[in-house]
Amino acid sequence: MTVKIYIPKDAAAVACGADEVAEAFKKQAKKAALKIEIVRNGSRGMLWLEPLLEVEAADGVRYGFGPVQEEDVTSLIKAGVLGAEGPKKIKHQLAVGPVEEIPFFKKQTRLTFARCGLADPVSLPDYKRLGGYKGLENALKLKPIEIVDIVSKSGLRGRGGAGFPTGIKWKTVHDTPPQQKYIVCNADEGDSGTFADRMIMEGDPFVLIEGMTIAGLAVGATRGYIYLRSEYPHAQIALNAAIAAAKKEGYLGDNVRDSGHAFHLQVRMGAGAYVCGEETSLLESLEGKRGLVRAKPPLPAHKGLFGQPTIINNVLSLAAIPYILDNGPQAYADYGVGRSRGTMPIQLAGNLKHGGLFETAFGITLGELVDAIGGGTASGRPVKAVQVGGPLGAYFPREYFDTAFDYEAFAARDGLIGHAGVVVFDETADMMAQARFAFEFCAVESCGKCTPCRIGSTRGVETLDKVRAGERPEANLAVVEDLCNTMKFGSLCALGGFTPYPVMSALTHFPEDFGRPAKKLPAAAE
Amino acid sequence: MAREPWSEARTRQIVAEHVELEGPLMPILHACVETFGFVPNDAVPVIANELNLSRAEVHGVVTFYHDFRREPAGKHVLKMCRAEACQSMGCESLVKRAEDRLGIKCGETSVDGRVTLEPIYCLGLCATAPSAMLDGKIVGRLNEAKLDKLLKGAGA
Ligand SMILES: Cc1cc2nc3c(=O)[nH]c(=O)nc-3n(C[C@H](O)[C@H](O)[C@H](O)COP(=O)(O)O)c2cc1C
Ligand code: SF4
Ligand code: FES
Repeated sequence: MTVKIYIPKDAAAVACGADEVAEAFKKQAKKAALKIEIVRNGSRGMLWLEPLLEVEAADGVRYGFGPVQEEDVTSLIKAGVLGAEGPKKIKHQLAVGPVEEIPFFKKQTRLTFARCGLADPVSLPDYKRLGGYKGLENALKLKPIEIVDIVSKSGLRGRGGAGFPTGIKWKTVHDTPPQQKYIVCNADEGDSGTFADRMIMEGDPFVLIEGMTIAGLAVGATRGYIYLRSEYPHAQIALNAAIAAAKKEGYLGDNVRDSGHAFHLQVRMGAGAYVCGEETSLLESLEGKRGLVRAKPPLPAHKGLFGQPTIINNVLSLAAIPYILDNGPQAYADYGVGRSRGTMPIQLAGNLKHGGLFETAFGITLGELVDAIGGGTASGRPVKAVQVGGPLGAYFPREYFDTAFDYEAFAARDGLIGHAGVVVFDETADMMAQARFAFEFCAVESCGKCTPCRIGSTRGVETLDKVRAGERPEANLAVVEDLCNTMKFGSLCALGGFTPYPVMSALTHFPEDFGRPAKKLPAAAE
Repeated sequence: MAREPWSEARTRQIVAEHVELEGPLMPILHACVETFGFVPNDAVPVIANELNLSRAEVHGVVTFYHDFRREPAGKHVLKMCRAEACQSMGCESLVKRAEDRLGIKCGETSVDGRVTLEPIYCLGLCATAPSAMLDGKIVGRLNEAKLDKLLKGAGA
């Protein structure tokens, strides 16, 4: 009998030793003449358990053990993980039971990530066996405008940060006259605290390819590019393997599934510039230029890549499309609250006990995410601040833990959900240092086109250094506030325009870290 | 990593391999870094000429992106993440430790040319922070012991 075990190939698992664990299993099984099959799956998203070994029982239920290190393999085998009796009754200190029963997993609504972690990510037969390409099969029976309507009705909004309705974007490109059009996937995922794009590209790359192919059909685009940040070499390998498999089976190429429609897809690597995640900077970069942000209009939908009509969407926006085309727009729109429809793959990161990917309908509160799902800090110290939405997102204090995860609710509190990265800091965090870092990051990454961003950020760093040195702190904090105002209103894009969010939220909510008197809490707030 | 010495002929060959692509410049520059370890100044006019661009245009692109280094790096490159999620898990004290061990500041190469220490802003491993990358190999849950092992492996 061959025992089937799963050890993720996801970069987070690999970074924590998954390759060494897989190698050790291979060696020891060989030595003991045990027949095993090791599937290198995507991650289930419970990253504190990575590398998570899964062993399939006779009834198909998968039992987990984690986090496994190379040196645990001997004791795991001794405990029987490769034994004929199956994993159900195994006693081992790393045993976590049936993986899908773990509360972190069970509480999710996995629509986009439904398949992630189940099988070999670059096996097309596995993708189809698990329900893949049904969305495309449906799309092939529809008129382009019908596909666009379905996307509009789903209420899907761009997952890259701005939350722009995807259907409207597609309609605009659909309505331009026939010519060379492009589908560009923004896989630049530069925000600290975010890794959902990476996980889906490594763990279920076909779902992105399918989403892009459907977008191509909807607007009449025959070429697509995935602009991938160079920090993601593992995703590059997975995407290229999946693209090759899709081509071979006729899911990409001159004649997609004998439909007469062509769709060609290529991966292009970024080169370490954060600003190239901004859509027009990204297009410049794809064209082989400096990543300078373009003034809008014209919109990319009218004049995008090489001046042609272009859909540019985030990885998660495009990866949500197959579900919507397979199950209908209402099935997706049924999840969520207000104008935030569907699910969001939220990334819990930083100083958290249970960090990972948690896909859920919009509307869950920040407090539930941090305390209940994330289990509080990894350090065991109280939470001080939570930064949501990457380096341009605001720092929220505990008093804001009742904020619902929803575009409008965060905006109402001068924050943003951005790409849904949640980074937790414990009480040792120095919020003036965090504010300084926000300025510094902006200075390093600014494309240089506008003065408030280019110069203002550097002045911000200098001014906070003066405050730190005790040099006229109040006057200098007033300069900081002033700089933030100028940057907010005088910047062309959100790099300069939103850097004030982390800075001002730190100053507003944690004045004591800037030498100002602490805020008085309303008595009932804690 | 073993790299080839720069040559004009090899540069032309790299250009020829990519020239059919739409927007070939970025892939060409990546290939240069992969082949030579950096983008030598001498490569700029060659690429410009082959692609019918001005030198200034190519130079502008090379200098815009962090990845297109213009000097060879040390024998080993250690990139340490200094972005927010890694900060929340104490990356700064680890960076300091690496700096002290190597006797350099982040962004520099050790005097013996063995190790280049560079900052990186997020590797997408933010739930297993702090993170680092040594010669392309990623490392999560970095701590002092793991860092010392990495440095030792790099001969520092
Ligand atoms: C400085 C900056 C960085 C950005 N980085 C990203 C990114 O890494 N990934 C992304 O999808 N969108 C990013 N965006 C947002 C894009 O400009 C754009 O809104 C998005 O790609 C549109 O896709 P969506 O509608 O599917 O979200 C960034 C914006 C700015 C201003
Ligand atoms: S705000 Fe900064 S990054 Fe954005 S366009 Fe202006 S200078 Fe460039
Ligand atoms: S912030 Fe360091 S890996 Fe993301």
